[in-house]
Amino acid sequence: MNSLILRTAVPALVGLMLLFSIYVLLRGHNEPGGGFIGGLIGASAFAIYTIAEGLASARRALIVPPITIAGVGLLFAALSGVVSLFFGDAFLTGQWWFPAFNPDLKYLSTVVLFDIGVYLVVVGAIVGIAFALEERE
Amino acid sequence: MLAATLAPFVLAVFAPFVRRRVGDSAGWVLAVLPAGLTLYFAQFLGPVASGETFVFATEWVPALGISLSFYVDGLSLLFALLISFIGTFIVLYAGAYLKGHADLGRFFMFILMFMGSMLGLVLSDNVVTLFVFWELTSITSFLLIGFNHDKPRSRRAALQALVVTGGGGLALLAGLLLMAQIGGSMELSTLLANGDVLREHPWYLAVLILVLAGAFTKSAQVPFHFWLPNAMEAPTPVSAYLHSATMVKAGVYLLARMNPGLGGTEIWQIILMSFGGVTLLVGAILALRNTDLKLMLAQTTVASLGLLVFLMGIGEDYAIEAAMAYLFAHSMFKGALFMVAGSVDHGTGTRELGRLSGLGRVMPFTATAAGLAALSMSGLPPFFGFIAKEWVYKGTLDGSLPLILTAVAITGNALMFAVAFLVGFKPFFGEPGDTPHKPHEGSLGLWVGALTLAVLSLFFGLFSGFAETYFVGPAAVAVAGIPLAVDLYLWGGFKAPVVASIITVALGAFFFWQSGRLSAWLARVIDALWGPDKGYDQFMDGMIGLARWVTDVLQTGYLRRYMLVTFLTLAAVLVLPQVSLSDGFVLKTPPFDPLVWAIGLLAVVGTLAIPFTRSRLAAIMLMGVLGLSVAFVFLLFGAPDLAFTQLMVETLSVVILALVIARLPVFGTDWRGKPRFVGDAVVAALIGGAMAYLLLSITATPLDLTLSEFFSARSYTEAYGRNIVNVILVDFRALDTLGEIAVVAIAGVAVLGLLAFRHIDRASDDKTGSTS
Amino acid sequence: METVLALLVGLLFAISAYLLLSSSLIRLILGVFVLGNATHLMIFVLGRLTRESPPLIQYGLKAAEPGIANPLPQALILTAIVISFSLFAFLLVLSYRAYQSLDTINTDEMRVAEPEPAGTLLRGRDV
Repeated sequence: MNSLILRTAVPALVGLMLLFSIYVLLRGHNEPGGGFIGGLIGASAFAIYTIAEGLASARRALIVPPITIAGVGLLFAALSGVVSLFFGDAFLTGQWWFPAFNPDLKYLSTVVLFDIGVYLVVVGAIVGIAFALEERE
Repeated sequence: MLAATLAPFVLAVFAPFVRRRVGDSAGWVLAVLPAGLTLYFAQFLGPVASGETFVFATEWVPALGISLSFYVDGLSLLFALLISFIGTFIVLYAGAYLKGHADLGRFFMFILMFMGSMLGLVLSDNVVTLFVFWELTSITSFLLIGFNHDKPRSRRAALQALVVTGGGGLALLAGLLLMAQIGGSMELSTLLANGDVLREHPWYLAVLILVLAGAFTKSAQVPFHFWLPNAMEAPTPVSAYLHSATMVKAGVYLLARMNPGLGGTEIWQIILMSFGGVTLLVGAILALRNTDLKLMLAQTTVASLGLLVFLMGIGEDYAIEAAMAYLFAHSMFKGALFMVAGSVDHGTGTRELGRLSGLGRVMPFTATAAGLAALSMSGLPPFFGFIAKEWVYKGTLDGSLPLILTAVAITGNALMFAVAFLVGFKPFFGEPGDTPHKPHEGSLGLWVGALTLAVLSLFFGLFSGFAETYFVGPAAVAVAGIPLAVDLYLWGGFKAPVVASIITVALGAFFFWQSGRLSAWLARVIDALWGPDKGYDQFMDGMIGLARWVTDVLQTGYLRRYMLVTFLTLAAVLVLPQVSLSDGFVLKTPPFDPLVWAIGLLAVVGTLAIPFTRSRLAAIMLMGVLGLSVAFVFLLFGAPDLAFTQLMVETLSVVILALVIARLPVFGTDWRGKPRFVGDAVVAALIGGAMAYLLLSITATPLDLTLSEFFSARSYTEAYGRNIVNVILVDFRALDTLGEIAVVAIAGVAVLGLLAFRHIDRASDDKTGSTS
Repeated sequence: METVLALLVGLLFAISAYLLLSSSLIRLILGVFVLGNATHLMIFVLGRLTRESPPLIQYGLKAAEPGIANPLPQALILTAIVISFSLFAFLLVLSYRAYQSLDTINTDEMRVAEPEPAGTLLRGRDV
């Protein structure tokens, strides 16, 4: 797409959107947000980038194929559930780490790792589909 | 006990290897197991005779109350001993009979599997275990009957036996589960101890019919008797084992086992006596009509099974004793005679009665076995068969209609008397007949079993006290469910049963004398009639026709037809219960909330316009309008997460929709004529109306908030999260979410797969030279 | 408020059924889209509606205040939206591929798996 305005704005816009998507992902535990929404925002960022800069350039920017990202995310989510097995709990039981410097920080946990896995799956799968549709004959 | 039941299965797995290693004498190796089992079960004889019973239980599916529990009493012990003892000789016999057969190893495998299933069936205490073993005997018998699988007749007979007995088995399962429901236990020993609870329950009749359906199909009672003669397509060892002593008796076993729980009522007596009596006469008449040794034996087996059911129906003490005595006698003489028929076939190449004579000199052992067994079958003293028959008459004379019952028994027995002499004596006397190959005696394995069983028929006749103490007595006690004084003897003075026996012999001798003429006459009359065997074919054809019709109606190949069927079904499922069950509800008048109304109006207009649009751009925009209105609804009613997600998804959807639709041709028409338009509109209105009605009636009822409150209360205290929706997703129900993101990832992979196919498409296009 | 939305859901289902009964691939796609939204909205209404109080636990509190929106249907719908979107995208690619291979968007003419006329393969006596 040869729109000067879009091409100028895209680097900043995409960077902001990616940052925002991670923010939404991480705050999801206590406020509206989470892996699904974050993932969708992240995917939109790449979609915009693809429209503005073209498919080849978007593939380069992503470095790895999108479906790999989805696979890694799925594996990540599943592995975060395995952790609890070592503590004698059932698969996918949340495990929490209360660091000594701030015992009230009730955040660092396998649950957040799981949410990151969700984020990666959504980003990977949707970007993969978008790329597939962008691919011209 | 569990090991004893499972051992045949384990050995079955190794049977083909044994056969390959040892060769044709594999039978002698494999027979060690059933012989050992016989000894194992024999050690229970003493304690069981003195009134003890044993229970062995191992948990299987504890959550469903299913256990591998085994129960040893007089009845199950009698059966277990018959199965393992006769099984020993059958394995030997099979080794000799199928000597050199390429698939002998497989045959051993099947027969050992059957042995294990049959042992499990008679020893099971748990109703589910009983059913599992019951169906296993059907399946293994399917494999055995169809052993000569390259013959269409074998395949048909095997399938027929499976359909009939397997179908009955399903009815039995329903009956057993109902029983367990009524009695509150899965264990037969517990259920049957409280027989009155079962008999007085309103479901009694249903239970009875279902259980009898299982028993009657398995034990080949009229009108299900047709599968048994057809099953004679099986190799003779199978007939001698399954179709004389064991599997077909499973139905009788079931009746005997259920007698303390379900028996004794008037309906039980009427059904069993009439079905058993008819089966007795039909089987005996059909036996005389046939001239093939095996078929004659098969039909007399049907008759004997009828007699056993008939006796169970009478249900008095003598009748029960007679049933057990006759069952014991029958297993010995019929097993022996089947093996004889196989040996004759093996030695001469034919089983046709008319072509067999004068074999006695060349086949002395087989002839001896045949003669002894036939004497027991015809019920002449001093054989055990005589005692059994005397008790049958004691039983019928004890019944409610002594004259009719006795007359039925005499007729059946007289016919069987004639068949016994035809099978057991006729082939062995007179001048040598014209046989396909020169008659010769078979090897040891071919006659040792028959001779042993035949000699035992004589032994138990002479020493009836032995049979009484260890076999018939304890079994009869178990069937009656109450102590019985069993006293078997050969000669009890010149009384009514003896008179009946004399009449039987006289009548039987007459039938034997006239057998040739009778057989030809019966053949003419019976073959013209419609029989259940033809009915079976008609039934199977009907099923296939029905399946074809349903396929033709539903599987049209038109997507819109599939959709139509789906929607009509959905509408019916939604509407019918509402119409028939709903008590109606009060429609709440909504408060006037301008924001909600505005959004609703937007959505309505946007959606209504979709079917009428002819432009791609308009369609895409209308999709956007709809998605946005839904997002607003979410936002308005306290679901910011949803609104957010919906907005993102809407945006992405519209973008990719635009990408794809732009490449598809303009969609001016959808090939829907006026009549179809009206029909589709009606279906659509039906679906929409039903959904709205459903939703209105559900929201008019109170909502159970237990789960939601559970999550709300624990979201922070247990999962340290303040966003309850997110906590449900990633913590409480994380496994569901894992499955869902797997779906998302798979959708991505599937898209890649479609792209990969495009290259294949191109390659094939290039080859055919077409342009795209 | 449930009443208004229940009627809206009914309308959405009706429109989607009408679109799905079409033979045109494009209308089918639109029908699936509408069906997804109808279903999400239905689940939402089934969980009852509460104005403007999202299911969040306020800072300083250990449990949610009474009167918040029902979180359970929201969790269900959230995943449903994402899944139905990925399936919708897959459907789009599939439709496009079908059009490329078969050169038609009329489903009545898509008969590679079940050639016309229906049932001839099955009608023979010896199947």
